[in-house]
Amino acid sequence: MKRNGIFFWIGAALFLAAAFLMTQVIGNQYPFFAGYVILQFMVLAVAWSILGGHAGYVNFGTSAFFGIGVYTAVFLVKAFAAPLIVQIAAAAAIGALMGFALGFLTLRMQGIFFSIATIALTIVIETTITNWRYVGGAAGIQLERPIVTAPFNNYTQMLFFVQALLVVLAVAISRYIQNSWIGRGLQALRDDELAAECTGVPTLRLKLTACVISGALMCAAGAPAAMYLQYADPSSAFNLNYSVSVLAMSLIGGTAHWAGPIVGAILLGTTQQWLTVTISSEINVLVLGVMLVVFVVGAPEGIIGLVRRVREIATRAKHDAP
Amino acid sequence: LFSFDLLLDAVVIGVLLGCFYAAVSLGLSVAFGLLDVPHVAHPAFLVLASYAVYFLNEHYGIDPLLAGLLITPLFFVFGLIAYRLYYETFERRGGSDAGVRGIAFFFGIAFIIEVLIILQFGVDQRSVTADYIGKAWRLGDMRIPFRLVVAFAVAAALTILLTLYLSKTFMGRAIRAVAQDQEALRLMGANPIRIKQWAFGIATAVLGIAGALLIIVAPVEPTLDRTYIGRTFCVVVMAGLGSMTGTLVAGIILGVAETIVLTLFGASWAPAISFGMLLAVLAVRPQGLFGRRS
Repeated sequence: MKRNGIFFWIGAALFLAAAFLMTQVIGNQYPFFAGYVILQFMVLAVAWSILGGHAGYVNFGTSAFFGIGVYTAVFLVKAFAAPLIVQIAAAAAIGALMGFALGFLTLRMQGIFFSIATIALTIVIETTITNWRYVGGAAGIQLERPIVTAPFNNYTQMLFFVQALLVVLAVAISRYIQNSWIGRGLQALRDDELAAECTGVPTLRLKLTACVISGALMCAAGAPAAMYLQYADPSSAFNLNYSVSVLAMSLIGGTAHWAGPIVGAILLGTTQQWLTVTISSEINVLVLGVMLVVFVVGAPEGIIGLVRRVREIATRAKHDAP
Repeated sequence: LFSFDLLLDAVVIGVLLGCFYAAVSLGLSVAFGLLDVPHVAHPAFLVLASYAVYFLNEHYGIDPLLAGLLITPLFFVFGLIAYRLYYETFERRGGSDAGVRGIAFFFGIAFIIEVLIILQFGVDQRSVTADYIGKAWRLGDMRIPFRLVVAFAVAAALTILLTLYLSKTFMGRAIRAVAQDQEALRLMGANPIRIKQWAFGIATAVLGIAGALLIIVAPVEPTLDRTYIGRTFCVVVMAGLGSMTGTLVAGIILGVAETIVLTLFGASWAPAISFGMLLAVLAVRPQGLFGRRS
């Protein structure tokens, strides 16, 4: 386990170094524009899996958290011209509070009812923002980017790097949870909540922890999107597509391991980016639907599950061989 | 600020609209309420039915209600296939997260339907033409759109028919029995899966007519199903899973609430009503008004 940890941090450092190097070497803006979206989905998918994967509570409110992140940034920029770091920190704080509230919702609802409630929550929040004139209402709001600071020579490149930092943060947290008592407790309550409670697993505390962390990360991932697009409007910030995409990424990758959502996000995110450019954004949604159905039906454990099964077969073959 | 006439107007329109909401939720009331299938794609099927009606009306000049009736057998078969697929992949395999993967599956289906509609018909709003659309009925100062009256009448008839079907016919009673105790039915030598499949077929067939009503009441667009997720689930959960009378009452409550808020605060608050009420019902009284579960 210890050795694993060292490898993980070396990998994370290499990833960040590569992201930074990209911003210094590549002049073309497109890779950052597309890469940012993929990184953003990586954070969202990893954050979603903390609650959805370990605890088995399927949250369809990803777009609510994402949208609140966007609008926290919008509000702070409009009211105080706050810098990016403040936007992200504030979004994370609000996301944590929202997650806390969501955690209490799990007391009364489980399974499908919890999922439906999170969809409802999203629309209610979206409607509230739509009716809030100060942040632009239904028409949306234009934002102006501040001047970028060195060592970056373009704002998109800086956002790209910031989102890469968030990816490392999210993955480190998710990995820590998986290997600690929190992850084991969450898995216990996922398998049988009543039994877990009876054997002394503090289910409410664990669920609240998972909700708070997951919510904070989702909101933080949404905050830079305001500056990325330089524009925000409720119907795209709270679009249900975010919720379903993130769910699809986690399920496609597999939720049994922290790497699953990352694999899913890279796979689906890249495909979507590529399709948006080459064909159209409608095909994009079609592919999302088809991949969701195919994986849920054909590979319920996701790619991680498939890899495990292949490995198992390989080891068994090795043992059987003389 | 608020006159009595305006309130009366809102209540009358709300009741008419409410019956229509009940009619579009009937299928879900069977699928989710009685069979426990997390059918999030129900509103997508509904919008698909509307487009089928639009197609028949636009190209062959068939009356929308008749068109709705014509596509009903097609939707019945569609429902049979959808349930078989769902059963084979989720219910039979089981597992603790079967329901959750089921909801993901239906979301996938809903997205696919949405895009297929966009590819075929484009993103513009579509509507149908018939004699009763566009005319209004004057009652003193009140002006009641005739299309709402038509929708109300058909919706009421549909609800009564389905209620009778579920309580008087052998198959209808079998469907309610399967919702109560599947094992008992199996022990009596009946095949619960066949009954559930039949029930799902009925639930989807009803959407043919419901889709016709949807496009009669207002123009439709491909992503309309997202709004109707809130409305249909609100009605079904408030009704108390599987109660047909409850569905009618809950639909009327939602319809009246929506029109009153619409008159008071304006259309921009409309989407929050159904979803807000759904949230409130889930939090306060999850078994609904006429719940079958204690």
